[in-house]
This record gives sequence, C-alpha cells and structure tokens, in this order.
Amino acid sequence: MDTFLKKSISRRTVLGAGVMGAAVLAMPNILRAQDKSLKVGVYGGYFKDSFDKNIFPEFTKATGIAVESVAEPTGEAWLVQLEQAAKAGAAPADVSMMSQVAMLKGQTTKLWTPLDLAKIPNSKNLIDRFVNKYPDGSVAGIGAVSWYITLVTNTDVYKEAPTSWAAFWDKANADKLGLLALVSNSFLLEITAKTFFGSTNALDTEEGLLKAFDKLAEVKPNVRLWYRDEAQFEQSLKSGEIPMGQYYHDVTGLAASEGHPVRSTFPKEGGVQDSGCWALSRASKKVDEAHIFIDYMSQPAIQATLSRKVGTSPTVKRELLDLSDKEFAAVSSDIEPIIPRYDLYTTKSDWLNQKWTELIVG
Amino acid sequence: MKREPPQSIADYGPLFFPAGMLLIFFVVPFGTMIAVSFFQRQEGGFYTPAFVFSNYERFLTAFFGGVLGFSLMLAVTVAICCVVLALPFTYLLSRLTRRLQVIWLVGLLSVLSLSEVIIGFAWSTLLSRTAGLSNLLVKIGLLEQPVALFPSFGAVLTGMVYQALPYTILVLYPAIVRLDPTLMEAARTLGSSPIRAFFNVLVPALRNTIMATLIMVFIFALGSYLLPQILGRPQHWTLSVLITDQAIYQSNMPFAAAMAVFLVLVTLGLVALTLLIGRKGEKA
Repeated sequence: MDTFLKKSISRRTVLGAGVMGAAVLAMPNILRAQDKSLKVGVYGGYFKDSFDKNIFPEFTKATGIAVESVAEPTGEAWLVQLEQAAKAGAAPADVSMMSQVAMLKGQTTKLWTPLDLAKIPNSKNLIDRFVNKYPDGSVAGIGAVSWYITLVTNTDVYKEAPTSWAAFWDKANADKLGLLALVSNSFLLEITAKTFFGSTNALDTEEGLLKAFDKLAEVKPNVRLWYRDEAQFEQSLKSGEIPMGQYYHDVTGLAASEGHPVRSTFPKEGGVQDSGCWALSRASKKVDEAHIFIDYMSQPAIQATLSRKVGTSPTVKRELLDLSDKEFAAVSSDIEPIIPRYDLYTTKSDWLNQKWTELIVG
Repeated sequence: MKREPPQSIADYGPLFFPAGMLLIFFVVPFGTMIAVSFFQRQEGGFYTPAFVFSNYERFLTAFFGGVLGFSLMLAVTVAICCVVLALPFTYLLSRLTRRLQVIWLVGLLSVLSLSEVIIGFAWSTLLSRTAGLSNLLVKIGLLEQPVALFPSFGAVLTGMVYQALPYTILVLYPAIVRLDPTLMEAARTLGSSPIRAFFNVLVPALRNTIMATLIMVFIFALGSYLLPQILGRPQHWTLSVLITDQAIYQSNMPFAAAMAVFLVLVTLGLVALTLLIGRKGEKA
C-alpha cells in the first residue's frame, strides 16, 4: 500500500502527531456521551481517511459501538508506544492494525490479548495464514487487510510484460531497476529463494540465506535506485527514468488507470503478499467490543468493500466474495503468492540487516 | 564605562534562561542517548537497561569505518566547495550598491526556506535523463543523447553544496563587509593585481572567519541524510542514513545511539584538532 508503508518521518509528521495527540486527549469527553466505544489504530494518512469514510460509520450503525480512529505511525514506532503504554496499564488504542513482524515482536512480551474465536464466527471465512497464533496455539491477531508487491514496468520501455522475477537478473536490464532499500520491506530474499531455489524454505538455514545473498548480489549492477520513499520510485517509473522494479500492485494499478504508462505483473513465481493484523492490546478493557469489531471486519462483504474502496487484497477466501474477476484482479491474483518469512525478521533481524547493508552499501 | 564583575546571584540571572534551555534541549537528550548506547538490545523485541559495550563493538568494523570515512570526506568536500564558491561571491557582493546587496541577500534567504526534500527532488529532476539538464545540452548539440546524471557522487555533492551555500554566504557576509576597505586599496596602490590582492590580503585577513565557516559547514553537512539517499547510490549513503535505518526501521535504539555518539565524538575531535592546528599556526 502506498501511504501506510510510507515510513520516513519528518518534523512535520511529529508536529502533526503532537496535535493529533492533543486532539485524542480531548476526545474522551465527547465520547462519554456514547455508551459503547472502541479506539482503533490504523495507519495514518490515506488509509485512516478511507476507513473513516467507508468503514467505521457503517460499523457504528450496525453495532452501536462508536469508533474513535487513532492515526498510528508505520514502522515499529507504534509497537513501542503500545508496549510502553501497556506497562503503565494504558492503551492508546484498543485494537490496532499491526504488521506481521510487529505481531511477532509483540508476542514475545505477551502484548496481545488472546482472542476467542468462538466470539468471532466470521473467522472461519479467513484464509488460514491470516490467523496469527501464539506458539501455544492461542490466537494473537486476525488478518485485517493484505496487499501485494509485484513486478512493475514502464509500458513505453517494455512493450512486453516480463513474466518472471528472473527479469531482475537479466544483464539487459543493467542500471534500470528500482528496488526497496530494506531487507525487511523489500522481501527480496524470499523472491530470490522462490525464483531460484524452489521455495522460501531454502532460507531455513544460514547456509541457504548466504546462498540467497550471493544470488542477490548479482542483481546489484542492475539497480539504479534503492528506495525508501515510494514517491521517489513511482515518479521515476511513470517517466521511464527507472523503467522496472518492485512496487505495490494496487498503487501501480491506480497510476495505470490514470493513464500513466505503467503496468503491474504477477510473475509466475507469485507476487509478494504482505499483510496487517487486528490485534488487541492487553491493557485494553474493551475486550467484548474488540471481538465484535474484528468479527465485523472479517465478513466477506466488508472485505469486498475494502478491496473496492481502499484497494487492499481480501483476507477471506475468494469463493466467499462477490468481487467480479476484474475487481479481484485489481487487488490480487490466483497465482500462489510468496509469503514473507516474518520469523526471520525477529530471530535473525540484526544478522540479516548487517548482511543486507553490507551487500548493498559495500 | 567600567564593567562590574557580578556581585550576587541575581547578577547571574540573565544566564539562567539560556543555561536552562541548554540543559533541557541539549544536555538531557544527549545524556539519554549516551545512556541508551550502553543498553542491551533485545533482538525481536526492544531493549533493556544494562551496561554493555556490544553496540560499540558492532560499530568497530572495517565496514562502518568505511562509511564513517566517507561521511567525513563528503562533509569536508562540501565545506571546501562552499567556502571556495562563497568567498569570492561574497566579496563581490559586498562591493555592490546597498540596494543590489539587499536583493541578493533576500534571494539567498529564500533558498533557506526550501526543505531538504524539495531540494533533493528538484535536483533529481534536473539531473534526470528524461527531463533533466542534459536534454538542453543535446538541443545545443553538445551531447548525442540525454544521460542520467544521478544517482552519483557528483549529484550528492551538488545538492549538498546548493543547500549549504546560503549559510556559508550569510556567515561570511558580516565579516567581509566589516573588513577595512583601505587594506585592499593599499594593496592596489602598491601595485598588486586585484586577484593577487584578494589572495594575499583579503584571504589572510579573514583567516579565522574562513576557518569558522569551514567548521560550521562541515558540521552542517555531516548531519545530512536525505540528499545522499535521494541523489546517491548506496555507497554514497552517510552514517546518518544508517543511523536512521537502525533507529526507525530496525528499532535498534542502542546501536543507533552508539553510532550517533561515535559520530559526535569524532566530529568534536576533528574540530578540536582543527582549532589546535590553527592556534599553533598563529603562534608561528
């Protein structure tokens, strides 16, 4: 997704967050008028705006629970805030949308209240991998939305769409690629493993990881831009300055529909599917409301609305959705996706980060 | 009028406010950072208070040494480029009429209102293959076909010099304006060419100012982390870029803090060294 992965933090964002924080502090007085309420953390910007407009009012109408949405920063800053607030017995948000790595990190400190699936009947609609579990099998979080990173190209420069991630390794593409700059958001190790070593299981051992790093090193001469900020790459892709790379499927589709010469392709090895979970802070007292909310969000109809209005890929099974083929293709694909190895980013994060930085900087 | 030394605490009163500000906005945050740099990193989690040296150990490798070396080299190059460009410019500026000087200074000040992001994106467009300056060169027949001038070291340097130049001029301007004009006149009367007078009279007379300006631009450039990302390749990323990665994306605060402390210490060391050499030179 475009906006909610935007991770650079400017002074303005900090000031904005301060103002928003003050506004949030002033809120409870207003909310007391309502009987039931729930504070929900969603990524700030486009994402929060879309939820505020398309999802939350309907939820309040259906359940009588008022939603106070809280803009959460991306990256792991929000996890740190939730953790520190929980230690003090406070919850800046009851339910938050969390990245998979943040879910795992929160698990280590038992930050997430285990969810009772009996109270979330709609959880049976979900694709299995979107139920996030503690090692003991209790449920830590429920898939909220997902999105794809795919192979994108400029249609003026590449008349034919590439069919495989292997195009990144093609010598003909020297100095033409734009790739994400961090090991934990580009998922290039997973892409390498799936494309050249069969599956991401090849990353199970340190040996396998080193092999993937070696293979990935061959891509380096082809890379013109390692980007952290999406706007940087999107602009260059549209103009043809950097005509190939990895990018978000939905945003690329949006740009193409606006007439820009870009296309997003699901390679035959699959697009990378990343996702966010709904998770309940252990400091929250709104356990019942949270279950009602998560259950509501797991309905096929709501997931379809999210796909149409927000551009996210559904977390429930395809056959339950009333999305047309075209609508589904706009946000997803039937090709088996590459699922990131989130476990690696908690157990080996420093080692991976060090190797990665040495690979691209060195 | 003879200045009395302060007699009572009240006489020190005016000092309390700046001292308090310095304490709250510098000493406390910096102290916190030093403390965090010794904390224990919990992989897959946060950090716990401790007193360990592992964060510094991780930094002491050839890899980070190389990045630190590049950052320092970049900052020094930016400082030298800025002063070399700004010194003759400011001197010529000081000889213009008051009215023209004001117009120039307002123009320079307006550059300061641009954020680093805008400067970065503007230069990346100017240096691009599809819309950049090389297209003009093709138009006038100097180039066969447009080329991309970024990402490259030159692009990073250009962006950073552009950003720091107004500060450099604004620091040099008061000193040059205050300079006694008879010095240059005397040099000219004694038969020195303008260029020779500039190097033999003006530059030595402004020695301390030039040194201070170099140090200021050096420190200013050392903190830059957006322009190297936007205009450079990964090998042009400064230590500040890696610090940001650790702090924001890896939530590895102890390591980020250790790198930052190291950067500050090296900077202070270099500045001290420069001043020391300067003082020795004065005595000689």
